[in-house]
Amino acid sequence: MSDDRDDSSDRPAVDSEIEAAIYENHPALIAYITAGDPSLEDTKAYVEALDRGGADLIELGLPFSEPIAEGPTIQGAINRALAAGTTPAGFFDLVDGLETDAPLLVMTYYNMLLQFGAEADVRPFVERAADAGISGVIVPDLPAEEAEPLCAACDEFGLDVVFIVAPTTEGDRLETIMSRASGFVYVQARLGTTGARADVSSATHDSLERLEGHSDVPKAVGFGVSKGDHAAEIVEAGADGVIVGSALVDIVAAHGSDGDAPAAADLEEKARELKAGAERAAADADATDGEQERTPEPEHP
Amino acid sequence: MSTSERDHERGDQRERTSHGSFGEYGGQYVPEAVMPALQELEDAYERYVLENEDGFMDEFRERLRDFGGRPTPLQRADRLSERYGREIYLKREDLVHGGAHKLNNALGQVLLAKYMGKERIVAETGAGQHGTATAMAAAHLDVPCEIYMGRTDVNRQRPNVYRMRMNGAQVNPVDAGSGTLKEAINETMRDWSTTVETSHYVIGSVVGPHPFPAMVRDFQAVISDEAREQLLESAGRLPDTVIACAGGGSNTMGAFDAFIPDADVDLVAVEAGGSSLEIDEGDGIAPNSATLSTGSDGVLHGAMTKLLQSDDGQIMESHSVSAGLDYAGVGPELSHLVETGRVRPVNVDDETALEAFHRLSTLEGIIPALESSHALGYLERAAGPAAKTSNEQHAQEAAEEGLGDLVVVNVSGRGDKDLETVLEETEARDLAAAPDVEVFDS
Repeated sequence: MSDDRDDSSDRPAVDSEIEAAIYENHPALIAYITAGDPSLEDTKAYVEALDRGGADLIELGLPFSEPIAEGPTIQGAINRALAAGTTPAGFFDLVDGLETDAPLLVMTYYNMLLQFGAEADVRPFVERAADAGISGVIVPDLPAEEAEPLCAACDEFGLDVVFIVAPTTEGDRLETIMSRASGFVYVQARLGTTGARADVSSATHDSLERLEGHSDVPKAVGFGVSKGDHAAEIVEAGADGVIVGSALVDIVAAHGSDGDAPAAADLEEKARELKAGAERAAADADATDGEQERTPEPEHP
Repeated sequence: MSTSERDHERGDQRERTSHGSFGEYGGQYVPEAVMPALQELEDAYERYVLENEDGFMDEFRERLRDFGGRPTPLQRADRLSERYGREIYLKREDLVHGGAHKLNNALGQVLLAKYMGKERIVAETGAGQHGTATAMAAAHLDVPCEIYMGRTDVNRQRPNVYRMRMNGAQVNPVDAGSGTLKEAINETMRDWSTTVETSHYVIGSVVGPHPFPAMVRDFQAVISDEAREQLLESAGRLPDTVIACAGGGSNTMGAFDAFIPDADVDLVAVEAGGSSLEIDEGDGIAPNSATLSTGSDGVLHGAMTKLLQSDDGQIMESHSVSAGLDYAGVGPELSHLVETGRVRPVNVDDETALEAFHRLSTLEGIIPALESSHALGYLERAAGPAAKTSNEQHAQEAAEEGLGDLVVVNVSGRGDKDLETVLEETEARDLAAAPDVEVFDS
């Protein structure tokens, strides 16, 4: 909150709610959960808990039966949500009723967008998402090469399209993606699928370095983040935001059917831990910068 | 004729674009991490397969001959010809090394992976024929290989699991969902997206993101290249009809490809009608795998194509007595050829396929794969004795469909792998064409 970037005069005016939320709350916590896991009513309580816990953006997964970019944790959540009868219509009804400070993104697979309304057209989905107050979309199986119809629809309705940059993304493709990116760039910390890991991948540092100078769009890192210390490490590496999914889904899964209140409390606490980790790293970086300015390294004889 | 000349000649028919689309179908819908690998593969496909760089296609054809046992015969089936009152020719892909057409593609891709300097092969398999072919090709070319297979399929295709293990491949059962091909593909995609820098994913059919559908078709086109030449030699003319079964569609595209420019040749893709064409939306289950006949447009496993899906876009569980046809999607080029009217999609149910399995075994001494039995089942329905006499609807269908005097059926594989399923399914039904199977019970 105390970051000085939001009154920086050399930054272009931001008309994206997502970018604004990241700049204003820098470094930002971006929290993912799967809608409908274990039910849409629970999801409402969980989203509000994450919002209270300090999540600056909330990514809601609209479940698709073939989630090829997800690991076992989120696939499990998707299976539970589908078994509970989660549909796109139910998803949007949920979003209609949400009141959060954090802007919302929808994360789903391309076929779900294509089948909403008229066959093989993404526009009705984007229009409905805009109506529900959603600020952006993430589609993990839609590379930049195939994204033109989605970008056009999102431009029309004022939504951001968040693109993913993988450790393998380089050269012309990186340029193309960065030139189209809006909201934030999702920096995939490692190859493979989503899932909480014990450590932060070293590929994170390389990836953030590769993105230097390409675009002003904020960079957020995800894939494998589960602890406050990870969040700190990612912010230290230069990220504007930290994306956490599987670690939150694990909390939802662990509570099973014990009612939404304990799960919500744990989610809120986890969000606080992650946000605190990110802010600690940012504060340390500020302090180090200040110190270095005041006391230059002593010269050795 | 060289591959590139052949490709040029057929180019107009395919309406191929640089993005790998067939009309409105095809494309590349995959996680970002694998996009660079697809570009690398596209480049390798163009250089080695289309341009024969470093003599790749020469080596491929040589290995298909010496290791794979090609060319396969185009056999005139005397008793079928008599039964159906027309000339019936069988393209004997069951005689390819390993017992199915799958080797054509697996050998091509594993060889290509070697040319590309990849160190490891991953693949998915449904019935296990593709996994078996990939394991054989990987052993032959000395590349480590890992295969993903749905748990249900592992249980119903045990002989193929053993064969993969014998050839040194690691077989990973997949427990998700219904444990069939769709889940195996998801899991292989995940492996590939983790190991994409050193692994090549040998997709088993003309499905997936570009360049797979075009590349797999080119490796399988040897089927129709041979059949066309063999028929011109033996019968002195082109066939009236070519019939092939369609799951993902690799033997279908292989059997059709050389005939696509021959507008007078009727191309019939026979899908698995399963137990019913009705779909239970509530349970998300299609009791069939008849994607071309009943599916709608959408994106699955990297391509825009026809799918079995709910109104909301969830992919349905499919069903077929044949594990090899049990898939909710189909190759994008086939979707395009059906959409433009060049290929006619039909379907036959489990029972018709089982009858045909027994009929070919008894009449011709060839035990066909359950996949191929669907193609043979359609032949019976459209031109069999019942079609001629008792069943008005089928007689009318046969007349309308006009199979003509000269028919080629692609026997895509042999049925040894299916024996357990066939015995079980036969016992549960009253099949006219079946022998007494109780003897196997003891």
